[in-house]
Amino acid sequence: MSARDAAPKLDQAEVGRIFREESGRSVAGLIRVFGDIDVAEDAVQEAFAVALRKWPGEGLPPNPGGWITTTARNLAIDRLRRQSRERELLGEVAVLSPGNDDPGIPPEVDSVQDDRLRLIFTCCHPALSTEAQVALTLRLLGGMSTNEVARSFLVTEPTMAQRLVRAKRKIKAARIPYRVPGPDELPDRLRPVLAVVYLLYNAGLTSSSELDLRSEAIRLARILATLMADEPEVAGLLALLLLIESRRASRLRPDGSLVLLGEQDRKRWDRALIEEGQAIVRRSLRRSQLGVYQLQAAINAVHADAVTFEQTDWSQIVALYDQLFAITPTPVVALNRAIAISEVRGPAAALALVDHLDLENYYPFHATRADLLRRLGRNSEAAAAYERAAAMAPTDSERDFFRLGGRARQLPRVPEHPSTSTGS
Amino acid sequence: MTKYLLSVHSVEGEVRPRMTDEEMKQSWKEVQLLHDEMKSAGAWVSTGALHEPDTATVVRVAGGEVMTTDGPFAESKEHLGGFYVIEAKDLDAALAWASKAAAAVRHPIEVRPFRVFEA
Repeated sequence: MSARDAAPKLDQAEVGRIFREESGRSVAGLIRVFGDIDVAEDAVQEAFAVALRKWPGEGLPPNPGGWITTTARNLAIDRLRRQSRERELLGEVAVLSPGNDDPGIPPEVDSVQDDRLRLIFTCCHPALSTEAQVALTLRLLGGMSTNEVARSFLVTEPTMAQRLVRAKRKIKAARIPYRVPGPDELPDRLRPVLAVVYLLYNAGLTSSSELDLRSEAIRLARILATLMADEPEVAGLLALLLLIESRRASRLRPDGSLVLLGEQDRKRWDRALIEEGQAIVRRSLRRSQLGVYQLQAAINAVHADAVTFEQTDWSQIVALYDQLFAITPTPVVALNRAIAISEVRGPAAALALVDHLDLENYYPFHATRADLLRRLGRNSEAAAAYERAAAMAPTDSERDFFRLGGRARQLPRVPEHPSTSTGS
Repeated sequence: MTKYLLSVHSVEGEVRPRMTDEEMKQSWKEVQLLHDEMKSAGAWVSTGALHEPDTATVVRVAGGEVMTTDGPFAESKEHLGGFYVIEAKDLDAALAWASKAAAAVRHPIEVRPFRVFEA
């Protein structure tokens, strides 16, 4: 290679990063070619070992994705040749990639034919448990090692390995197809795909792991938005993630405790992410029927517009929550709607709504009540509600926050699924 | 093609509005239609509807001795009420049949692939 001397030197971490970035596409393509997830996965893993050996010395190949796919494909074919299943499986290869000597994955593929789209619909097939969907998506599409996936969800590596093996066994045994669902199935099938990406993002918000699930979720949402440009909810999910992410720098104090929306330094919000998210929201607002992700993105877009907390266009937010509640009439959405109403019609009106909700076991419910009671000057009731919220809070920073009894005027953080994230 | 068992599950003593005679007739008609549709699509392998679980008998063999007892085998409230065995190209195709069957029999249906033993 003439580029050998010119190529920048790579360390192993950099090789790992590039590899992870590219491996989803290779795994997806090879699953189509070989019709077998394990074959594809093992081959890409082997190609990684080769890359770790070669790239630091020889430099990055001109098309790393193509290199991985070609190398993995050749390794897979070698391995299959070595095995006695040669005739059977190589026969399939010939059928599935007719007369094609390249790996079958051109660098730029037609968006409809991108194999990653097939792969995510297989990984998130409703026949698999949510846990399995998440694990498969991170492993196969996100290119994470089993150990990394395990650490992201605080389970041991053998536990995660077993979860993955079981899920893959089910895909094979039940013949979960490797295809993008047809238009009639799409609403049912897209729901778990979006839910998995959203769940990954939220796991990244609360996770203390060094692995960046938030970026991974945004990356997946971008891929989906590119591959399914006509699906408004896919764009809505991407916008929602970008807008929540825009507040990243201001949502935690150096000690890791949470800074709530009303107290955040809005100058630290990422304007580029906000603009990107808001542009998507503006496009979707032209539609008459908005889905849950688009509506939540729109709510976050309104927050992003406000220079100060006090200048927030709360009546616009209430109107959006009304629409959200009309399509998902859950108590959690009702709670968030009540919080917005408290800013328009005052804490008493909101408390009346909140006290009707059956959310005893949901700590943001108690946190919201606490905040409203405090604003009404009912301090001893507020203290009791803060204590209940603190007892149920999942993280130390939130627990500390509630124990401090809501210092300044602020909204409690209300995570939900699907979330509204008014306070994150 | 893969064979799938579509099993119809019913819960003993489950509180649900009893079907009227008219509804039963309608359900029966839909089941018949589905049966015909499965057959003409080449998906049908076999079907069966079972008597109540208290009609079951269990046979065990231990140490070469046969022991017969009153059934059912599983002490659960859920019982297999009937089944279809179908052939389909993949799970999605099987699920499409299962959703038609669930609508016709008014019960949830479990879809499970048959194991294939290679000769």
